Amino acid sequence: MQHGKYRFIVGFLAVPLGLYALFVVWPFIQSIYYSFTDWTGLSPDFKMVGFDNYSRMLDDDIFWKSLQHSVMFALLVPFVTLGLALFFAFMINVGGRRRKGGPAITGVRGSGFYKIVYFFPQVLSIAIVALLFAFAYNPDSGAINSLLRGVGLDGIQPLWLGDPNLALWCVMAVLVWSTVGFFVVLFSAGMASIPAELYEAALLDGASRFTTFFKVTLPLLWDTVQSGWVYMGILALGAESFAVVQIMTTGPGGPDYSTTVMVLYVYQKAFRDGQAAYATTIGVALLIVTLAFAAVVMRLGRRERLEY
Amino acid sequence: MGSTSAENAENNGTAGVGRRDLIKRSAALGLISVPTMSFLSACASGGGDDQEKAKSGEKTAKNPLGVNDSAGMEFVLFDGGFGKEYAEDAVKIYEKNFPKVKVKFSATQKIQSTLQPRFNQGNPPDLIDNSGAEQMDMGVLVGKNQLADLTELLDAPSYDDPNKKVRDTLRPGIVEMGQFDGDKVWILYYAYTVYGNWYSQKALDSLDAEYPKTWDEMLAVCAKAKKKGMAGWTYAGKYPYYIPFSMYPMIAKVGGAEVLDSIDNLEPNAWKHPAVKAVFEAYYELYKKGYILKGTPGLDHIQSQTAWAKGDALFLPNGSWVENESAKVIPADFQVTVSAPPGLDSSDKMPFGTIWASGGEPFVVPAKAKNGAGGMEQLRIMLSEASSKNFTSKVKSLTAYNGGTDGIELTPGLKAGVAALELAGDNVVNPRLQDWYVQLQKEKIGVAGLGEMMAGRLTPAEAIKKIQGFADEAAKDSSIKHYKHQ
Repeated sequence: MQHGKYRFIVGFLAVPLGLYALFVVWPFIQSIYYSFTDWTGLSPDFKMVGFDNYSRMLDDDIFWKSLQHSVMFALLVPFVTLGLALFFAFMINVGGRRRKGGPAITGVRGSGFYKIVYFFPQVLSIAIVALLFAFAYNPDSGAINSLLRGVGLDGIQPLWLGDPNLALWCVMAVLVWSTVGFFVVLFSAGMASIPAELYEAALLDGASRFTTFFKVTLPLLWDTVQSGWVYMGILALGAESFAVVQIMTTGPGGPDYSTTVMVLYVYQKAFRDGQAAYATTIGVALLIVTLAFAAVVMRLGRRERLEY
Repeated sequence: MGSTSAENAENNGTAGVGRRDLIKRSAALGLISVPTMSFLSACASGGGDDQEKAKSGEKTAKNPLGVNDSAGMEFVLFDGGFGKEYAEDAVKIYEKNFPKVKVKFSATQKIQSTLQPRFNQGNPPDLIDNSGAEQMDMGVLVGKNQLADLTELLDAPSYDDPNKKVRDTLRPGIVEMGQFDGDKVWILYYAYTVYGNWYSQKALDSLDAEYPKTWDEMLAVCAKAKKKGMAGWTYAGKYPYYIPFSMYPMIAKVGGAEVLDSIDNLEPNAWKHPAVKAVFEAYYELYKKGYILKGTPGLDHIQSQTAWAKGDALFLPNGSWVENESAKVIPADFQVTVSAPPGLDSSDKMPFGTIWASGGEPFVVPAKAKNGAGGMEQLRIMLSEASSKNFTSKVKSLTAYNGGTDGIELTPGLKAGVAALELAGDNVVNPRLQDWYVQLQKEKIGVAGLGEMMAGRLTPAEAIKKIQGFADEAAKDSSIKHYKHQ
């Protein structure tokens, strides 16, 4: 059996690893290489400029603003999204009152319906969600301000995306709204696999729903929560935050740079300003932020694995 | 617990799959999403060799550019608000004139994604309409010697009259707009846009008002409108770089065209000119007196145009595309009209009627094109009176060809645009910030400066200080190419 074992393994791994190297690792190396050049992205000639792009980046106020916003996205959006999703999933699966003749552990009334409703935004593409909310946030005739007027709050008519103090929160809210459903379903699946006896035992011991959640559900679900956190953080640093900021916000990226994020800045530098090399430099910074984020989450989240 | 262990194992299994998938997904996403640039970088290392150029043909009276009558020609058009029919019609004429040639014509909205790799590889098409959201940066293309000089085309006899050069058939400003530094002309703007204050003549009549020629009159008209429950102004609050469409020509009217030139040249303290200050204060007055439609800073261009078309606001700074863009929401009896901005008083340096008009739809012939002469010949055909008329009647916009409006029915907005140009005469200004320094104009002056001021979050003095700071930064920034008015 030992004979040819490695050849066997290599045979299986060669193709995927080759593809991975060609389409993932090699572009990475190229990006880093281009960040040391003055390539415009519009012609094949460029020359090496050393660390010029990096020193320029460190002096660039807009870069620091976008970094700050991206970090806020990576920390706040996953926290709120996962928190809400855990709460909803718990209520749907475990949090219900005991009904006569039913099982001891059950969700709130109509939980099947809620599960579908929460998942709904997931069906829409993020571009459509962003457009929908851009209309809803319209201060003149949008749904939110109309609703406020409808209930007699004529005095409160915020500018939403037009107000530098609100714009970033508005964008974050959209991201939370559109992703929370996915995690509700994910956590529901995780909760369904937790043995009912554990809950029954907790109930017999007189644990409240609150205690049950923190002492039983959360620890048993920790792995899922952790990978959800990484996944969500990367979404918030990458594609999703780009889509909502690009589609919804003033400028885009404003007002007064209040919503600009790193991915948007990469895009603008590469495709609007013809400074592809500088864009790759910001891309490298984004890579570092993303890796640091994943490392921190993994490190903080390390716990003993519970078997059940 | 023995009895449930099997079930648990099963559950465990399904949950495990979910988790594994998730981790895989997140890992993959992380690795893909970070350097989104990378796919692009891959193209840069490609070739860079010049492709073989087509031999030039014999220069004759009918073929002044010496186009090879059997060489293929490729034409890539931006498929935007003007559609592609006008270009297809022009291609048909080219094919009629050179029967052996089949023109490879394509229309796309993705100019940059389709053409950037071809520039990098050195085999671009022969004629490009480099327009739209995916426009390739002209300054970079020029700086990297990617474009052909169009002087030959401009000095060639025009399509209709062999005794007149193409250059002499164009509207004011078109040739200068194609220059970046020096005499060479890199771009030919085909459409001609009139910027200014757009309004409904019907609404203005219903207020018993005339179009204001001074700012005091403007404020008076706004006061009248307010009494009738109509806001004086609205603008594309999310893209406040629409405000300059009527503000810059007003600065020129008050302080002279050289104020705009020094702003374009990024001269120190250009924004501190008294005319700039006076005009900023005039506009700020609109905010302070509550003449701007409520919620405007949160509206995008379409939403603001819709509010304007519904009659919620009277004036809208915009360009002549607005009539076509908002055609669906503008009522039939709206009477779309455009006028030059009002002035301040009789001490203004330029007469009333001073207006901003300039070219749109930039056509370029790449330096490395196989059949550059063919691309230029195609442009020469498009600049004939017949093609120009065809364009104007099909898409409701003027062209770079001076004239070409006789004998065709013009829409109200187009008619008003022609009238405004006639009134302006030589007093047409053409600020270049928006094509020379895109980021400075849109994001910094527009969003962070004017947008904040018109939303009432900056005073005029603060806005000027901030914008001057942006301009000084841009002047010092060695990563962008700098231009000067000739």
